[in-house]
Amino acid sequence: MNFPILSSLILLPTLGAIFILFTNSSNKKYQSSKYVALFISLANFLLSLYLWFIFDKSSVEFQFLENREWLSGYINYKVGVDGISILFIILTTFITPICIISVNATIKNKLKDFLIAILIMETFMIGVFCSLDLVVFYLFFEAGLIPMFLIIGIWGGERRVYSAFKFFLYTLLGSVLMLIAIISIYWIAGTTDVEKLYEVGIDAKYQNLLWLAFFSSFAVKTPMWPVHTWLPDAHVEAPTAGSVLLAAILLKMAGYGFIRFSLGLFPLASEYFVPLIFILSLIAIIYTSFVALMQEDMKKLIAYSSVAHMGFVTLGIFTMTQQGIEGSIFQMISHGLISAALFLCVGVIYERHHTRLISEYGGLVSVMPRYAVVFMVFTLGALGLPGTTGFIGEFLILMGTFKKNFIVATIASLGVILAAAYMLWLYKRIIFGEIVNQNLKLMVDLKRFEIVILFSLVLPIILFGFYPEPLMDTIKVSVGNVLEMYNLNINSNIAYNN
Amino acid sequence: MEYLILFLPLIASIVSGFFGKIIGDKPSQIITSLFVSVSAILSFIVFFKVINDGYVNNLIIATWINSGSLNVNWSINIDALSSVMLVVVTLISSLVHIYSIGYMSHDPNKPRFMSFLSLFTFSMLTLVTSDNFVQLFFGWEAVGLCSYFLIGFWYKKESANAAAIKAFIVNRVGDFGFALGIFLIFYIFGTVNYGEVFNQVPEVLDKHIVFLGIKANSIDIICILLFIGAMGKSAQFLLHTWLPDAMEGPTPVSALIHAATMVTAGVFLIVRCSPIYEYSELALSLITIIGMITAFFAATVALVQTDIKKIIAYSTCSQLGYMFFATGVGAYNVAMFHLFTHAFFKALLFLGSGSVIHSFKNEQNINQMGGVWKKLPYTYALMMVGTLALTGFPFLSGFYSKDAIIEFAYLKGNNIGIYAASIGILTALLTSIYSWRLIFKTFHGNYNNSKINIENLHESPLVMLAPLLVLAVGSIFAGILFKELFIGHELSYDFWSTSIKFLEPLSKNHPPTWFLFLTPSIVVISIPISFYLFVYNKNIVEEIVKMNKPLYIFLQNKWYFDELYNTIFVKPSKRLGIFLWKKIDGSIIDRFGPDGISNLIKNFSIRAVKFQSGFIYQYAFVMLIGFSVLLTLLILN
Repeated sequence: MNFPILSSLILLPTLGAIFILFTNSSNKKYQSSKYVALFISLANFLLSLYLWFIFDKSSVEFQFLENREWLSGYINYKVGVDGISILFIILTTFITPICIISVNATIKNKLKDFLIAILIMETFMIGVFCSLDLVVFYLFFEAGLIPMFLIIGIWGGERRVYSAFKFFLYTLLGSVLMLIAIISIYWIAGTTDVEKLYEVGIDAKYQNLLWLAFFSSFAVKTPMWPVHTWLPDAHVEAPTAGSVLLAAILLKMAGYGFIRFSLGLFPLASEYFVPLIFILSLIAIIYTSFVALMQEDMKKLIAYSSVAHMGFVTLGIFTMTQQGIEGSIFQMISHGLISAALFLCVGVIYERHHTRLISEYGGLVSVMPRYAVVFMVFTLGALGLPGTTGFIGEFLILMGTFKKNFIVATIASLGVILAAAYMLWLYKRIIFGEIVNQNLKLMVDLKRFEIVILFSLVLPIILFGFYPEPLMDTIKVSVGNVLEMYNLNINSNIAYNN
Repeated sequence: MEYLILFLPLIASIVSGFFGKIIGDKPSQIITSLFVSVSAILSFIVFFKVINDGYVNNLIIATWINSGSLNVNWSINIDALSSVMLVVVTLISSLVHIYSIGYMSHDPNKPRFMSFLSLFTFSMLTLVTSDNFVQLFFGWEAVGLCSYFLIGFWYKKESANAAAIKAFIVNRVGDFGFALGIFLIFYIFGTVNYGEVFNQVPEVLDKHIVFLGIKANSIDIICILLFIGAMGKSAQFLLHTWLPDAMEGPTPVSALIHAATMVTAGVFLIVRCSPIYEYSELALSLITIIGMITAFFAATVALVQTDIKKIIAYSTCSQLGYMFFATGVGAYNVAMFHLFTHAFFKALLFLGSGSVIHSFKNEQNINQMGGVWKKLPYTYALMMVGTLALTGFPFLSGFYSKDAIIEFAYLKGNNIGIYAASIGILTALLTSIYSWRLIFKTFHGNYNNSKINIENLHESPLVMLAPLLVLAVGSIFAGILFKELFIGHELSYDFWSTSIKFLEPLSKNHPPTWFLFLTPSIVVISIPISFYLFVYNKNIVEEIVKMNKPLYIFLQNKWYFDELYNTIFVKPSKRLGIFLWKKIDGSIIDRFGPDGISNLIKNFSIRAVKFQSGFIYQYAFVMLIGFSVLLTLLILN
């Protein structure tokens, strides 16, 4: 492989950002910088599709490897993808153009800077999903905080500063521990190259502490209970495009990290901490579902539902079963699409009516029938109806969980009932009923660009709901490999102890 | 052909749903009705092929979910059981489609309505033609969704929206059990395909699992979990509360979904899983008991309701109870037979009542009607047929199926069977009374409506009456024609072949003659009695009501289930939500977490600021103290 396709994917958005930086920022050119950003992000999307196309699904190896010397022999810039990371890369490159189109309506000032922030963000997010060196991973992982922090802090709502700091405080706290852990790994194993670490393994006596350090970072980003309270605030204050990126991709970095690093590097610790993860996941699913039920603010409701959905993800990963992990990956992709869509939907009516309070709405179906239809599709996806991607993720996760523990699976299944309750109630209050407010009568139905972005989300949600094979087929071998390595480690340790 | 049966309704739904505005009302009504009717004709062809040649077929359409050892396909599976369901679903559906053209003639959203009806038909067909539990679950939830859409079709009505959500969520509670059942099936058998699961059942009889702290036979647990799903969908006791509320939807919907097809999916599920249920004595007993209670409970509530549709809804609930206890005593084919005949007469009653409601301009209270049988002669006659069939009047279809259930329960010979038979007979009496009460209060006596002049009432159009006529023919002849095929001693085993499993063949004995005559005579005698009570001399009923006021109120409030659930589920959930949000998230996690830390740092730095006062004498004083402490320590050491 001569052409560095992964580095191109990573760097292309940054180049675009630099280009936009140097364009004239007079009012008229604002529009053109948007087209540049859109063009760049679409090109990146096509490139990632091409990557998917030429990717060999039957191989367990990392592919498109690039390994460049960086810090003279100590740390290398190493990137590569397997079936798991490739889907997240495509999710990222798919969501970014949608965000860029959506800023049409929401961002009134400093559009140029906003676009730069989004493109830089894309670079970091793609970087996270293909880095194969812990230090490189860490850099991308943490750097992603900065544009997000700015997006919330500059373009956010009234309490944006509070939310931005809360977001930063939480996430940084976890990351510091992860940094310490990465440094320790370097001293213990002599390398931060992920592939090499997979081979040599990490001494059992260090695993628990290291696992906890990584966990503290991932748990915040997921977010898991009880470190979830930054998410609703961040979502509420973030502009629509920011919420979309946050929900669709930023939250997935942690889930990805659990699979790639927690299971891969610390299998014994992962096994040891399964009860902890199960309990926290269950609390997340049930607890936040109840909280979501009573929210008065649409964005908060969806944010809390995200916590519940991510609870399924963490649950599935630590079942260490093929169904559980595949389900978790699928659920992450699905949630990426559905939550992005839901936040966009909220953005659509927020932009028209300037409030997020559910009680201010009602009877929208009479004035916005098209909106009602797409919003219904996303609602159904969020409550996991068969025929949408939401179902397949949850179903596989629960099936995997059931193999491990009946009671955990039973309790988690209750979350599915609650999801139906809070989503349908939300939908009913906004869309059905009589029009409660005269101003609502003036609301116009979806504009053309809104139809484009929302429909491009409807399509994969339904398509992969009925025919998930393309995705399942991509991750199958890689997940199998993760599990095989994991079981090998566990078994050899048991043999060793005996 | 199977593809056409399945996908014609879907195509019709898409055309009418997405292009209804473009092509107009009439074409969408015609396209949906036509496509579903073609599907119905093809279903009959398949049905007769199954009867004559024992035709079976299993078509794999595509892979759906493939993960590890889990392999699920989209499939069309044809055997005796699914062919019966195909006929019931597509026939009733096409009649309801046609009827809706007339019934919804004043509604502005006709294409949307037709689209939902067709979509429902498609969903129901995927449910019955599945060859695995997951596609069954897909259909199961999809019909629930269509039911949600159609109950809430008049979306401006607050009560309709509430009923729609209630229906969906109560069904989800059932689905929760169903899904766990599927997980357990996969856990035990390693597959979710009917055939593979059913073949393995005899091998895993001794497998025990510990579930919620109780060690139990895995087959028992699977059966009970699946039954919970069936209870939700078929509105059985404890999970029945959504069905009466679902009457908020347009009447054709009630006929199709909440009487003839969707609600019978639970019965279908049990019958489909007969190869598992046959091995679980425990689950079968539970089903019998729940079925018995439902049959009786719903009939008592139906006695005192005044909304014409709610009476029929409770009646449906009660009849479903019959079907369940039939499966509970192992008479799966009899349950299917009752499902089959019930579809005709219950759809007839619903559509008939729709015709009445249509004439009365959306009045549903039977106290606001009366004395109109001359004004609505066709509706009256057709409703009569439906009522006679429902009550089990001799030689109409209900007579064959319902009496067969009671007989087989009796022949079961054990305690539960005898109880079931007695409850069945008692409920048959109640059924007659409430059914005739409905007829007499609606069509006989004095005209009681003050809003509409009796002269302005007119009979429904032909497009509504014609489907009723077809159903009436079915209600009369379905029993006698298909009796041998469904429950006959010789023919039925051949017909059902492998789709229903009987561990032991059903008893061929006959119950004593007095027993055979008991139910029909009760049914026949109750007609004049009802007439006397509800038309001729109403004082007696009023006296009874007065004497038993508490009981009457108890029944009128439907045994207070809604209030009970509201108190123990809905309100606490809301309170819990508020508590977790405000108290735990707000007052604990945030207060001691991020806000606490930032406050701590802030306070700390405010204190730290005080150290840097800028006065030399303070610094000098601190230095002096420090110096002396150090010195003291050094000296002491």
